[in-house]
Amino acid sequence: MDTAYFVHRLHFGFLITFHYLFPQLTMGLAPLIVILKTIALRTESPAYDNAARFCMRIFGINFVLGVVTGIPMEFQFGTNWARFSHMTGGVIGQALVMEGVFSFFLESAFLGLFLFGEKRLSRVAHWWTGFMVFVGSWLSGFFIIVTDAWMQHPVAYTRLADGSYQVSSFSGLLLNPWALLQYAHNMSGAVITGTFVMSAMGAFYLLNRRFEEYGRIFLRVGVIGGFICSVLQIFPTGDLHGRYLAKHQPITTAAMEGLFQTEKGAPMVLMGQPDVERQRIDNPLVVNKVLSFLVYGTTEAQVQGLNAFPREDWPTNIPLLYFAYHIMAGLGTIFIAVMSLAVLLLWRNKLFETRWLLWIIMLCLPFPYVANTAGWLTAEVGRQPWLVYGLMRTAVGYSANVSAGNGLFTLLGFMGLYALLAILFLFIVHRQIEHGPNIHPNVEPQPITVAGD
Amino acid sequence: METVWFLLVAFMLAMYVVLDGFDLGAGIAHFFVARTNEERRMVLQAIGPVWDGNEVWLLAGGGTLFFAFPLLYASSFSGFYLPLNMVLWLLVLRGIGIELRMHLDNVLWRDFFDGLFAIGSLLLAVFFGAALGNVVRGVPLNADHYFFEPLWTNFLPSANPGVLDWYTVLTGAVALVALTIHGTNYVAVKTDGDLAGRCQATARRLWPVLLILTIASCLATLIVRPRVLRNYLEHPIGFLIPVVVAASLIMMFTARRTGNDRRAFSASCAYLASMLGGAAFALYPVLLPSSNPGTEDITIHNAAAGSYSLTYGLIWWSVGMIIAIGYFAMVYRMFRGKVSLRSSEHGY
Repeated sequence: MDTAYFVHRLHFGFLITFHYLFPQLTMGLAPLIVILKTIALRTESPAYDNAARFCMRIFGINFVLGVVTGIPMEFQFGTNWARFSHMTGGVIGQALVMEGVFSFFLESAFLGLFLFGEKRLSRVAHWWTGFMVFVGSWLSGFFIIVTDAWMQHPVAYTRLADGSYQVSSFSGLLLNPWALLQYAHNMSGAVITGTFVMSAMGAFYLLNRRFEEYGRIFLRVGVIGGFICSVLQIFPTGDLHGRYLAKHQPITTAAMEGLFQTEKGAPMVLMGQPDVERQRIDNPLVVNKVLSFLVYGTTEAQVQGLNAFPREDWPTNIPLLYFAYHIMAGLGTIFIAVMSLAVLLLWRNKLFETRWLLWIIMLCLPFPYVANTAGWLTAEVGRQPWLVYGLMRTAVGYSANVSAGNGLFTLLGFMGLYALLAILFLFIVHRQIEHGPNIHPNVEPQPITVAGD
Repeated sequence: METVWFLLVAFMLAMYVVLDGFDLGAGIAHFFVARTNEERRMVLQAIGPVWDGNEVWLLAGGGTLFFAFPLLYASSFSGFYLPLNMVLWLLVLRGIGIELRMHLDNVLWRDFFDGLFAIGSLLLAVFFGAALGNVVRGVPLNADHYFFEPLWTNFLPSANPGVLDWYTVLTGAVALVALTIHGTNYVAVKTDGDLAGRCQATARRLWPVLLILTIASCLATLIVRPRVLRNYLEHPIGFLIPVVVAASLIMMFTARRTGNDRRAFSASCAYLASMLGGAAFALYPVLLPSSNPGTEDITIHNAAAGSYSLTYGLIWWSVGMIIAIGYFAMVYRMFRGKVSLRSSEHGY
């Protein structure tokens, strides 16, 4: 492997993986804050108002990290993937600048009002600023998904004489069926992160026997939301997305399921390690005929294995793809189990006393992040060896004028910088959680002390 | 249509420089104009609700460049690989400098983030000035319109220049001084007391420096790239732009003498916009000139996206920008007037 090619892939992969740790909570927490504020408006309950303010503080810190790690993303297309940007700017440039024009301006304007303006605005007006921040963050996600969906499943384009791609229909680009399916699946995944974070905070407070009133609020909202989204994540969004993938990228489906040979009544591999050399799964744990059923709705259908496709079109890292997919799907199943049980106990009024389940909910905190990251790895590693599926190979897209040494220099710089950001983020969020929701600095004017303390 | 997009990209970048320029300037100046913790908090409150939105102009401007002139985006971003990535690091550090300072009531913590904010702002101003210098001077494009520029070679604006040479260092210095004045003008408008007084004094003392640097950079540009005069000679109406630059400098001087902060701030806005406008007028229709005599420049004609994109893009782009300008009017109206710590209301 050409080393500059490898460095540029790693550069983009590292920056975007780290970046997406933050937007998934931004997009997941925004609707939950709107829900908390809605309940507060309707019931006039100061506890819900305080709970919303507390979530806003976490949201604000998280948003800052999302913004500062997002800026490099917009530029990285040009710095590290220049030939790709040159050829496809006429298509994906549209979606990316739409994100800037329609969503960043909106978000930045209303976030300022939302975080700083609670005293200047009426309660209803402040609710609206929160709602607009929610709309802005979800719009932002949509344009990014449109960009990725075009790379996964290019539609609505023409090719000019110089080889570049140009959009031929705006509505076609924005309403790409792949984008709509992926958006539904992705946003549900983001809300899973939001609800699990909120539930984990609630469980932490109840187990600690501190701020218990808020712990119960967080658990109630988090567990109900988490249950709904965990179900939506698998059915219908995951199911539909998986079928669409099997139709348009059958080779990706074969690789992520670990299906080396074409089979009638193909089994689903639950566990096992892919051995690409020998083309088999080691230590397999399989359920017969389930894969045929999931893809085609009948247990006898034939599913194409990797051997049905030329080797040069196989995804370049099959083990990584296989594990990413299995981690995502496995965790998704666990989420449904945990949240179903929690909702059942909440309904029976026993959740807040069931300490073993609160422990599990608290310890589940990292897993939605893992699942969302694994899901994106499945999508993007599964797209390989194509940069734009069927049109452009990844190997011809990177900046040929930027050497491996220069690429590694900035990659190492970003790694150091992001390590600092991660430490600061954990430290500040930990402090906020320790302080708890009772402190609300914006109720009384704070003459000298620093806000937030 | 390409000309329309040239104007729009120039407009967005000018908006970025004028708006984020005062945030950067406030950052550069705040170490020496704001001495106490309270004064530093006032500086941060003056820009707190708006800096993030101001920075969106950079993102939206970069995005518009990507969509309207994909070749320019691809070539210049990869060619300026090293300085651009450093700009990104600085933007990250400066952003957390502004936003994380208030989270801990500890003097070391605050000084650390004040330092990030000041150093980040200072280096960004120099980088942006040097970037404009590079674009005016030209870069060593090869036959496929790509290049890779080292950070420095022999500090001469020759056929194989580095990002930094004497000319781009000079333009970086112009940007540093101009943005410092712009930032202190803004803080003077938004605050009062000792802080505003020190801002006014700083702007007044830096004015002669800016005057000398402006004249020097204009003369240097004529030496480094005599071709910049061509558009002016063909369309003499363009000479209005340097007249506006001169008028804004005079206005800056008189407004400072009469103590009119708002007028001084308007003058520094006009100065920045007209300097950038002058550069854009000189370049058109070139987007990125080549310093190699043998290779062709990147122009609006060979870099533009397809006509469907550009024509229909104009519709949604205009709608989006009108809405965006509406947001800006609303936010600046909400947070108008002078900041004071008595009514501090950080939401988090």
